[in-house]
Amino acid sequence: MTAVADRRQLSYIAAQAADARVHVELETEDMTLNIGPQHPATHGTLRIIAKLDGEQVVWADPVMGYMHRGYEKLTEVRTFPQVTTLINRIDWLGSFANEVPFILAAEKLMEIEAPPRAQWIRTLLFELSRIANVTLFLGDMGVQLGALTPVFYAFRDREYVLNLIESVTGGRFHPNFDRIGGLKDDLPKGFIDETKSVMKKIRAFCDEMDELLVGNEIFQNRTRGIGVIPREVGLSYGLSGANIRASGVDWDLRRDSDVPMAWKHLDWKVWTHPDGDSFARYWVRLQEVREACSMVDQLLDGLPSGPIMAKVPRIIKVPAGEAWVSTENPLGEMGYYVVSKGDLGPFRVKIRSASFSNISITPWLLKGVYVPDVITILASLYFILGDIDR
Amino acid sequence: MRGSLAHELGDALLDSVIKPGDDLWIRVDTAAWADAARVARDILDCRYISFLSAIDWKPSPWGRGEDDPTEPPPERSTEIVQGVAGGITRFQVFARVHSPSTHLGVTLKADIPDDDLRIASWVPIYAGADWHEREAWEMFGIEFVGHPHLAHIYLPGDFEGHPLRKDFPLIARMVKPWPGIVDVEPLPAGDDDEGEGDTAGEAS
Repeated sequence: MTAVADRRQLSYIAAQAADARVHVELETEDMTLNIGPQHPATHGTLRIIAKLDGEQVVWADPVMGYMHRGYEKLTEVRTFPQVTTLINRIDWLGSFANEVPFILAAEKLMEIEAPPRAQWIRTLLFELSRIANVTLFLGDMGVQLGALTPVFYAFRDREYVLNLIESVTGGRFHPNFDRIGGLKDDLPKGFIDETKSVMKKIRAFCDEMDELLVGNEIFQNRTRGIGVIPREVGLSYGLSGANIRASGVDWDLRRDSDVPMAWKHLDWKVWTHPDGDSFARYWVRLQEVREACSMVDQLLDGLPSGPIMAKVPRIIKVPAGEAWVSTENPLGEMGYYVVSKGDLGPFRVKIRSASFSNISITPWLLKGVYVPDVITILASLYFILGDIDR
Repeated sequence: MRGSLAHELGDALLDSVIKPGDDLWIRVDTAAWADAARVARDILDCRYISFLSAIDWKPSPWGRGEDDPTEPPPERSTEIVQGVAGGITRFQVFARVHSPSTHLGVTLKADIPDDDLRIASWVPIYAGADWHEREAWEMFGIEFVGHPHLAHIYLPGDFEGHPLRKDFPLIARMVKPWPGIVDVEPLPAGDDDEGEGDTAGEAS
């Protein structure tokens, strides 16, 4: 790897790869193929160096860091309320969900809890960001496999959800809405009716994807049995979220961890799939969006009244201690290990982002697959570059 | 859980902190770091690795980088105070493992001797520790013995220094003073006297 950082070697490999693409039929030696850093199938700046034998990958290694922003260092020079602005940008498609575990960790150290209404609205926005995030995956997976239509539907319907998030928080991608002790504001007028009609649209979108992709023979051929992750391998690599549930592990932090959020009051189901292949990962996520729609409806129906902010001091100082809080984010387990020394800002924050661990399985998983399946597998693992590079 | 760890590790278990119904911290001997992982995986069924990282307990010589450049720098404590489950060294590694069947997790910690920044690698036990250890290696300069391929993961290959160490300056704060120093907004009366007019809280 160190060798490839050398510029001359880089251009040599690139030239060789370009050369080999042309003469692929004639080559008998191993060939190095650079996928990315800017490649449509990597949606971001992930680069994969793959050694190919003919059409088969014999060795693959992802190279990241093109977008490393050093958030763990930056949190050390911020105050606790300022940190949410940073961590918003980790998984930029489900921003609100990034804020929640950090705020919960800070609240845990301060030994306060948000009032019930704030907890419910937090959960509501959390699920809305999940829908906004995973909807895009549902469409994007089609594009990676050559079906262009689904992604247009996905962008169309995600827009409604973003509008909802914007109407509450004022920000479409970076809400920065969660506060230690509660929320910045209450829901706007007319939000409940509007949300219910949007949830109908998202359900219709899920049905469309069901018909367009899941029931499609080509899609099934391209995804079934491709990139199978056995459950034990997945666990040892730290896979989480829908990726591990698609390998048959019945584990969802929304149900299985004891965070002060409203999930425990709702009636919902954790979807798993026994196969562990790309198709299973798509299928599980599709069901999860449907489940999230039903959760949002239930949250709106049961929304308790009351304040949205607990009593917190004007200047927030977090008592010394260490806290680990993780939640089930759209991409998987996202958690913050917050170390405070009783100061205005954290002493150290370890950010555990889901995509980093999810994508760390690729060197193992890509071994022996064919080049077109690399794209299928990467798409089905579903990562956000900001979530890998932090 | 603590009981079975204590049973398996014996004297290597140095300290533990339990918050009932909430969390568990275990600090083990440096030499027993890999054993602790094996016990956690095989005996406690913690087959899932959440993360592995390190921490530098030395306070930063620049605080939060909000000093007024026109004034002499304030006195700062250089005392190293370790966190939960104690410790005696500047650097510690810590990791979180979790059991997807019993839904219990544990945070494991181990000291890194100040004169010998090395510890055993977890890669043979948890394959997912690979990238986490590469990150900790480049960010803190801790060598993981037995890691198959310690190479830069985020930083460019020729990068020098270990950015997450507390004595690594955040250059952005060095070359341009924090704007909060310049436009100081008076604090509301009745609050404590700390903070240099940093009102980014509810005010922002």
